Amino acid sequence: MTRRCTAALAALALAALSVPARAQTHEAAPFGMPVMDRHVFYHALLDELEGRFGSDQSFRWEGEAWGGTDENRFWLKSEGTLTNGLLDDGRQELFFSRAVSTYFDAQIGARYDLDSRPGRGWVAFGVEGLAPLFFHVAATGYVGGDGRLAARLEGSYDLLLTQRLILQPRLEMNFYSQDDPIREVGAGLSDLEAGLRLRYEITRKVAPYIGVSYEGKYGRTADFARAAGDPTDAVRFVVGLRLWL
Amino acid sequence: MDKVELLGRRRFVEGLALTTGLAALGASRTRAAAPLAMLRGDRIDLAIGPTPVDFTGRARIATAVNGLVPGPILRLREGDTVTLNVTNRLDEPTSIHWHGILLPNPMDGVPGLTFRGIMPGETFTYRFPVRQAGTYWYHSHSGMQEQTGLYGPLILEPRGREPYSYQRDHVVMLSDWTDEDPMTVLSNLKQQSDYYNYNQRTLGTFAKDARRDGLGATIDDRLMWGKMRMSPTDLMDVSGATYTFLMNGQPPARNWTGLFTPGEKVRLRFINGASMTTFDVRIPGLTMTVVQADGSDVEPVEIEEFRIGVAETYDVIVTPRQDACTIFAQAQDRSGYARGTLAVREGLAAPIPPMDPRPLRTMADMGMNHDMKSTPAVDKGGMDMGGMDMSKMTPEEHKHHMTMMAPPSHDAMSHGAKPGDNIPTSNADGIDPGTLAGQAGVDNVAMQTRDRLGEAGIGLDGNGRRNLTYRDLEARRPHRRSLPPTRALEFHLTGNMERFLWGFDGKKFSQAGPIRVALGERIRFVLINDTMMEHPIHLHGYLFEIENGRGDRLPLKHTVNVKPAERMSFVFTADVPGHWAFHCHLLYHMEAGMFRTVLVA
Ligand SMILES: [Cu+2]
Repeated sequence: MTRRCTAALAALALAALSVPARAQTHEAAPFGMPVMDRHVFYHALLDELEGRFGSDQSFRWEGEAWGGTDENRFWLKSEGTLTNGLLDDGRQELFFSRAVSTYFDAQIGARYDLDSRPGRGWVAFGVEGLAPLFFHVAATGYVGGDGRLAARLEGSYDLLLTQRLILQPRLEMNFYSQDDPIREVGAGLSDLEAGLRLRYEITRKVAPYIGVSYEGKYGRTADFARAAGDPTDAVRFVVGLRLWL
Repeated sequence: MDKVELLGRRRFVEGLALTTGLAALGASRTRAAAPLAMLRGDRIDLAIGPTPVDFTGRARIATAVNGLVPGPILRLREGDTVTLNVTNRLDEPTSIHWHGILLPNPMDGVPGLTFRGIMPGETFTYRFPVRQAGTYWYHSHSGMQEQTGLYGPLILEPRGREPYSYQRDHVVMLSDWTDEDPMTVLSNLKQQSDYYNYNQRTLGTFAKDARRDGLGATIDDRLMWGKMRMSPTDLMDVSGATYTFLMNGQPPARNWTGLFTPGEKVRLRFINGASMTTFDVRIPGLTMTVVQADGSDVEPVEIEEFRIGVAETYDVIVTPRQDACTIFAQAQDRSGYARGTLAVREGLAAPIPPMDPRPLRTMADMGMNHDMKSTPAVDKGGMDMGGMDMSKMTPEEHKHHMTMMAPPSHDAMSHGAKPGDNIPTSNADGIDPGTLAGQAGVDNVAMQTRDRLGEAGIGLDGNGRRNLTYRDLEARRPHRRSLPPTRALEFHLTGNMERFLWGFDGKKFSQAGPIRVALGERIRFVLINDTMMEHPIHLHGYLFEIENGRGDRLPLKHTVNVKPAERMSFVFTADVPGHWAFHCHLLYHMEAGMFRTVLVA
């Protein structure tokens, strides 16, 4: 349901935008477009592709891909952590996004939690962009079945030590309105992940990095973890590669 | 930066190691002093096709005219009606636009506006009377072909005697070359607009500034730029990180050489055929006398250096006193240079000067209300020009700007080069400039615009050399029709550097209609640059008069490099009907939509 909704909205938005533009363009350019200002570009960025080493070892990915014009884009976002053959924190999202202001995009779409636990689907809406002082921020709200609500906040910053050596602090928080025992999340702030990564941009597109990552579970989520015999927080050393295409 | 990288860059930027393996790529490219090919007459055949080239040590395919990059010099005679047959041997449509040439609209060569383009295998015949004389150029107006090599000099020989004399004549065509696919370059900029900027502020420059200006002032400065989400190091969008800068198709290491005999006066026809690069040109040890700007004669001006925006031309006359002098053309962002030599014989070279310190953008470039009497800031170790640094604004001044960010009525607040007449003025796209702020395509609206025609530009003013400014230009002869215009149209040059969006009045080409001008109308275009970058704005089909205060001898130009926060104007008589392109000549800005059709009917 959520996916159909997103697609319909996107189609509507695109149609509404292109009709008046076409007539004007024909008058200005009777033989076709002289420039490619509606060109569709594609990019994929794998922000995290890393091994995490602490009391246990895990593999983590987080990435996003987009395709579209300057104004309207489709986004795919994906993340997950693989520990001892179990996939955790598997968030997959599809958004339609529109440039609504100088530095921010509005997004509407769907999220599906796809990992080793039972899955959940959500309708998602959010804003993402560049806040003053060059903080990259994203805030997303989610509406799931049974009146479940969730929210997610992300922020990161690139601190240039040199032209190619870049230190990136990064913070991510998840909130839920209700306990969800089968996914072991509780109401309120459920988890927080903070990372500090030092990457070297061999090129802009290829950058190996090292860093540390902190993961903490809070409130009822921490209770669920304790009951399952899992740790509630962990600090791990990370080694990875940041790539974009 | 580490040494390995520096060596790698040097080889790339200067195009070393090029003398071997070039024989296979065409003999004309191999000799250091290869003269540009020349074609003359009133009937010329040109073929556009893929051609192997090697500017950096890596083989690439260029889009070339008659197998040459730059294309051959075309010498046409004023008064002739010329026929130019252009055959397309590419597998995509192509075109040639005759830049700065007064001609009927269907001969202008802009796909979309004046024709469909020249399809693969087709020959298009351009035929027009040559109504002017001087130094011009030609280039493709199709996609990214200009970046991949489709450009060349166009010299129109006068029927009458020229008001200056010289014994030697050399074309000096400057350009930029990238081994990357230009579509990849544009795509990279869309994803990360500072992709090619390897001169950003870092922790190191922070520490250096803090030592010089104090910690508090440095933090304030970083906060101020950070709040605006802009970088003072944003000088050019595409830099020497990917570009190799060429002089007559030769990278610096290959040292293009123009010969002269001692005692001769040498005319140098500088043409900026680059896609994105503004050059600052000088010949250390020599004074240059500027005699033409954009092909039109001007009163001679003696200078030591000039900035040449993309698509502009300047003709200078020099009298070399040594056996060899370096022609040095550094990129505005100092990320590299093009270089050649004037010499009495081949194989000579003169010292290459170091590049100048890299300038920084200032709050004045943002159009902030500010005292303007300072020397531009410089970001360079060992070269302390601090003290008058405009980028170091106090928090109060900054707050003042921030509260003014939502402009109630922009126009009431701008002043500057506004001619004293009271002719009806309106926005060209029919928008209220007060609504621009906050739009996705607009990251800044200059609060304080001003007349900058008397400034040479960022990094030049106050550098100790005599620089050319637009204020210096005065037409050699008075204009017959220097009537006042009857109407004025204002264009805001707008952009969003972060998203890499560019346009006029917050709109891209595809979001706007044509700009309508009545046939025969005498009209003023007012350009207001709200962005923090220079834009070389070009109008097809006309030579316009820049309103620089020179009475009935306003200089004629086809391209004007508009500075950040500048308000300037030009006047022309719309006496030829048709769809005329009006655009920023930075190729990637144009393709991003900084383009309009001026519909004269
Ligand atoms: Cu531009």
